[in-house]
Amino acid sequence: MITSLDELDAAGRRFYPDMLFAFTDTVSQAMDADPRVAVVLADISTPEFGAAAARHPDRVVNVGIREQLMIGTACGIALTGLRPVVHTIASFLTQRPYEQIKLLGHQGAAVVLVGYGASYDITEQGRTHFAPEDVALFGTLPGWTIHVPGHPDEAQRLLLDALRTDERVYVRLSARANADAHPTGGFQVLRQGRKGTVLTVGPTLDAVLRATAELDVTVLYASTVRPFDEVSLRTAVLAADHPDVVLVEPYLVGTSTHHVNRTLVHVPHRLLELGVGRDAELHAYGTPEDHDRAHGLDGKSIAAAVRRFLR
Amino acid sequence: MKASEALGYDDLPALVGRLTGDERHESSSSSTLDVLWVLYDQVLNVSPDTADSPDRDRFLLSKGHGPMAYYSVLAAKGFIEPELLDGWARFDSPLGHEPDRVLVPGVEMSAGSLGHGLPLGVGTVLGLRAQERRQPRVVVLVGDGELDEGSNHEAIALAGRLGLEQLTAVVIDNSTATHGWPGGIDRRFAVEGWEALTVDGCDHTALRGALTAAHPNRPLAVVARIASNTAEGKQA
Repeated sequence: MITSLDELDAAGRRFYPDMLFAFTDTVSQAMDADPRVAVVLADISTPEFGAAAARHPDRVVNVGIREQLMIGTACGIALTGLRPVVHTIASFLTQRPYEQIKLLGHQGAAVVLVGYGASYDITEQGRTHFAPEDVALFGTLPGWTIHVPGHPDEAQRLLLDALRTDERVYVRLSARANADAHPTGGFQVLRQGRKGTVLTVGPTLDAVLRATAELDVTVLYASTVRPFDEVSLRTAVLAADHPDVVLVEPYLVGTSTHHVNRTLVHVPHRLLELGVGRDAELHAYGTPEDHDRAHGLDGKSIAAAVRRFLR
Repeated sequence: MKASEALGYDDLPALVGRLTGDERHESSSSSTLDVLWVLYDQVLNVSPDTADSPDRDRFLLSKGHGPMAYYSVLAAKGFIEPELLDGWARFDSPLGHEPDRVLVPGVEMSAGSLGHGLPLGVGTVLGLRAQERRQPRVVVLVGDGELDEGSNHEAIALAGRLGLEQLTAVVIDNSTATHGWPGGIDRRFAVEGWEALTVDGCDHTALRGALTAAHPNRPLAVVARIASNTAEGKQA
């Protein structure tokens, strides 16, 4: 029997078809291994936590469709010494109860927030179910760790990391994933080149790899964006012929720009920001791929933008 | 004056006066003073020595503004030194016009924004229950004006439905809610499954009786009525 999160982490991987499955199964197992882990839900993903709730009825709480209460409840649970995991669709998790999230810091309480739906996974529901603002919002609050996994296996590792700390953590799950998992932690060097550095976050990786396949650039991959791995970015930028940086984020364009600028404060540099557009409210349904094209986040658009930018 | 268990109810006006600068203590008759005194003197199982014990009773002051009575009771009961009261709300004082749990021993909740105490109380009870701690009580003080915030009603509904016996809401009712609560505040709790009592908020015997009333398998709401001409009569 597994009796700690470390043992669970060492026990090896299961195959997960998507991040949501990776999340619910990993946290359900973690509840068996660690009596501090609790789950707070608001009528989303309750069937997936049904078995865990049957085994641990006092540690799985569904508050109903009450997102303010969901965060407040998790805060209270955390203040008793437990490690609550709070989950619903990202827009309802991060924006309706934003003051409650802000006040977690005021109370000195730490929880793990796990949002699903990323910027626009649930496109057929339209704008209310989109959350491209989420990472920027957490960026206004000190002390939050922000994970943006690009693969179900990364999601599992990052969740276990989150459960082992007592930090405030936001995990941004997406229906969209890259073909392969990569090491988590700091920014990973996936390709090395001379003409510039492309920093790509989470599920944008595969489109970036396709877009830059013929280009002589370094590709850095981030599944954790806060803390921001300044050392890896600066090292990559200084190793290239030109201090030209392309930042590709699956949420609001330019969300991490101030971190890039702080990283390169002594390096005159150029920066191309790609991400979800801020300038217009896009009222459209369709598929996530349609929205990628609308925001210039498909492989073809990224390739064209990067070619125009590089010297 | 040193922090001491020996300080009593009659010492509170002098302590409040150190905060208000009101040497005649006229403003010490705040809406919360009597409730707070009864709670800390006769109801809550918590002391400076057990302020970090996992089995302590928790008191969450959700309605954090006008905390003079609260700080005075904490000083009278030895949680903070009475000397701290003199420099309150200065940059380096742990005591501000809204309490901060990170700064003050014995303060269980950082307050200021209204409507957060009851959700925190629900979570605290659930966290205690998950650890088989069925004895500690969690008492949340809210104002009748504060009940305007919808987050309270999310918590009232869930606490009633889950039968959170360890949770008590004390509603200071000084009739400040702009649009009022026709039919009574207590009924809004009762209909959600709470044991709900209304008492005179200045009557120590009645307050003690209500706050210690049996309420098996349901949360308890005590509505403390305050005559509206008291000094804090117009605070939520």
